[in-house]
Amino acid sequence: MNQLVSPPHDWGRRPVRQVMLQVLLALLPGIAAMFWYFGWGVLINILLASLAALATEAAMLKLRGRPLQPDIGDFSAVVTAVLFALAAPPTLAWWMTVLGMVFAIAIVKQLYGGLGYNPFNPAMAAYVLLLISYPAAMTQWLPPSVLSTQTIGLFDSLQLIFGGADALGGWDAITMATPLDQMRTGLGQEMMISEIRDNPMWGDFGAKGWEWVANWYALGGLWLIYRRIISWRIPLAMITSLVVIAALFSLANPENYPFPLFHVFSGGVMLGAFFIATDPVTASTTPRGQLIYGASIGLLVYVIRTWGGYPDGVAFSVLLMNMAAPTIDYYTRPRVFGHREDDDD
Amino acid sequence: MSARKLHRFHGGLRLPEHKQESTLLSILDLGVPQRLVLPLRQHIGHLAEPLVDVGEPVAKGQLIAQAEGYVSASLHAPTSGRVVAIEERPYPHPSGLPVRAIVIESDGLDEWAALPEPLPHFEQCDRDFLLERIRWAGIVGLGGAAFPTSVKLAPGADKPIRTLILNGAECEPYITCDDMLMREQAERIIAGLRVMRHILTPRECLIGIEDNKPEAIAAMRRALDESGLEDSELISIPTRYPSGGERQLIYLLTGQEVPSQHLPADIGVVCHNVGTAAAVADAVIDGRPLISRVVTLSGGALKQPQNVRAPLGASLGWLVEQIGGYREEPSRRVMGGPMMGVPLAGDDYPLLKGGNCLLALDAEQAPPEEPARPCIRCGECARVCPVELLPQQLYWYTRARDFDEVQRFDLFDCIECGACAYVCPSHIPLVQYYRFAKSEIWAQEEERRKADLARRRHEARQARLARLEAERKARLRKKKEALEQKQTDDDPKKAAIQAALRRVQAKKAERARQQAQAGVPDDRKEPS
Repeated sequence: MNQLVSPPHDWGRRPVRQVMLQVLLALLPGIAAMFWYFGWGVLINILLASLAALATEAAMLKLRGRPLQPDIGDFSAVVTAVLFALAAPPTLAWWMTVLGMVFAIAIVKQLYGGLGYNPFNPAMAAYVLLLISYPAAMTQWLPPSVLSTQTIGLFDSLQLIFGGADALGGWDAITMATPLDQMRTGLGQEMMISEIRDNPMWGDFGAKGWEWVANWYALGGLWLIYRRIISWRIPLAMITSLVVIAALFSLANPENYPFPLFHVFSGGVMLGAFFIATDPVTASTTPRGQLIYGASIGLLVYVIRTWGGYPDGVAFSVLLMNMAAPTIDYYTRPRVFGHREDDDD
Repeated sequence: MSARKLHRFHGGLRLPEHKQESTLLSILDLGVPQRLVLPLRQHIGHLAEPLVDVGEPVAKGQLIAQAEGYVSASLHAPTSGRVVAIEERPYPHPSGLPVRAIVIESDGLDEWAALPEPLPHFEQCDRDFLLERIRWAGIVGLGGAAFPTSVKLAPGADKPIRTLILNGAECEPYITCDDMLMREQAERIIAGLRVMRHILTPRECLIGIEDNKPEAIAAMRRALDESGLEDSELISIPTRYPSGGERQLIYLLTGQEVPSQHLPADIGVVCHNVGTAAAVADAVIDGRPLISRVVTLSGGALKQPQNVRAPLGASLGWLVEQIGGYREEPSRRVMGGPMMGVPLAGDDYPLLKGGNCLLALDAEQAPPEEPARPCIRCGECARVCPVELLPQQLYWYTRARDFDEVQRFDLFDCIECGACAYVCPSHIPLVQYYRFAKSEIWAQEEERRKADLARRRHEARQARLARLEAERKARLRKKKEALEQKQTDDDPKKAAIQAALRRVQAKKAERARQQAQAGVPDDRKEPS
């Protein structure tokens, strides 16, 4: 017996590992949908990114003189890898994925002290690094299978990732613009939204295929809320603020500003709202802070998409708000029991 | 049954209850062990002062240590026998430090001392008289906190009490001593409530019991109905840890928040544990001091968990033996509940007045300590904190040893319920950090107080020296002035002296002139 043990003498038995595993589990519907619409590349990227992330984590732990266990087994690196792989195009060249993961794990995570100490979301930092460095590669998406004229099988996917697009007739022959890109280019050419949407690629809210991926992400996210792995505040605040601001502009000028649901069901909003903005390490933690944090991300996403230089803005918005999170937390302390509102300093 | 509006406190937890195991059998009345160890600290406040010497015989119920100061509690011999030692003994406290204790060797006769007169008609007694009786009986809060009951029952004339609450929540897992007491001795508890009510004259009495104790609720309701107390109400509250925390229960039942750094009495509320009420009834109605209590013995390492009524000072090992012993070597022994209890290093610890539970947990119930992992800022701790603190921030600031900031984040409002540490996925011993921070801050304050005192002493000395010096100077000046005054006052004499002086000077001058003429060098012309 030792005297150093301190109460409580029992605990909830939900270790970090289990939290991460449940996040991965919640991503499964989204992963399945991505696989359905965009093919083998999705799975190959997930595998590749995970291996790269784990290898980098192991190497960094070794360099830092830390034991591999339990850090390597907590699945946090895998979560980073999967989120990155789902955000990046499914045909991304293998070395870009590896580069992204080395950057995410070695620099963004481990150099700051490892899990829990990183101020920035590693997956999004890697995404932004590649987006700025290789904008073309990072915006080349295959059309969703429902629109595709040619099927890209397992072999073709491997070919694209490890050998490039030459064998398949070049990137232009097989990729197409993402819905956000399409909308942005159209608006840039002074087209009306009704004109832009006069295209078979569009579905009910966003684009065909894409909107369903978003639905499945949302489903997984709702399960995480139910399981109390994440709080409802960040996703709700983020989606609500995006909808509200999009509605304001859209109501004022429906032909120049896309309707709110287009924004919600296109690009990275659902993945971002439920899985990325909710990354506890880098997000705000106070109840009011989470509302401010989520709403600010939603607002920034709209601003970047509408007036910024990139078609999507989830990654940038998350990173920008990561910087603000500690300050938000500092100014949004809840009222402590027994302290009246007015006597708080 | 009236539908009282309950006020849900923030956070809290649904915990595995583990209450079934120890409620299968009724309370077992244990005899007396050969040896009883009675630490002089059975309560919050000053150590009691021993009234007996080593070798002295004692009778059951005899006062053996006197309350020292206002916040303290007297101690009585739980059985008859002889004092064999007064020395430091192991004591269940997080610090692990021993405490001075009176050790009594039983003579096996269990003979009572002369006791004060029973007061079955206490309603006719004066409040102060009853308070004195309760103080004599050495009663402290039996829910675990062990605060002297007579102090709590005398909030002062400036603090009229509107609500008296009996706390039967018993929210910690495993513990069932209040549950069983309510089931078996509800009338006694209600009798104690009557005494307290007579002393405090509240407008209403509320009894809060968690809804996972239906038998206790039924028994208490029956006793309350029979008592005919019109202003008293039994309220079944949702099972949610820590609803038995005093401030949480008060809020739950009344919607009133006890302000930070204040006592419940400041908002007209007093809260007592149901076991304490029964002890008050024993002391007042029967004239018996507090020398035994009901304690839950539970945990997977025991053959058969059970509640027992045992004399204070009995050792954990003896208690366990009486109910059939261990099934296996416990993975952890705890005095108190699994959430807030004190870990024990072995069997050789005495039962205290505040000891509501002794746990012998098996490996499954008390998983071995795991190394803490980094905080992932998941915020679960803040979600479950009943005080709505930010446990995570407190943790970071404690690690950074930024004790000013820790206090700005209201560390001292933490009730150490352990909910944050319970849910922490990184297994960080948060409560330990908060205790560390608190004791560091106390130590710093003590240091500051001492430094302050030293500074004040130094300043006082400087001031005193300066004052003495000034006084001395003043005295001298006065003397001189007085002298001068005297001289001018005594005119003829002074004139005579001055005339004489003048004559002498004239004579000297004349002689010098004559010497100079005779060639004797004037000393003023000597080269220097």
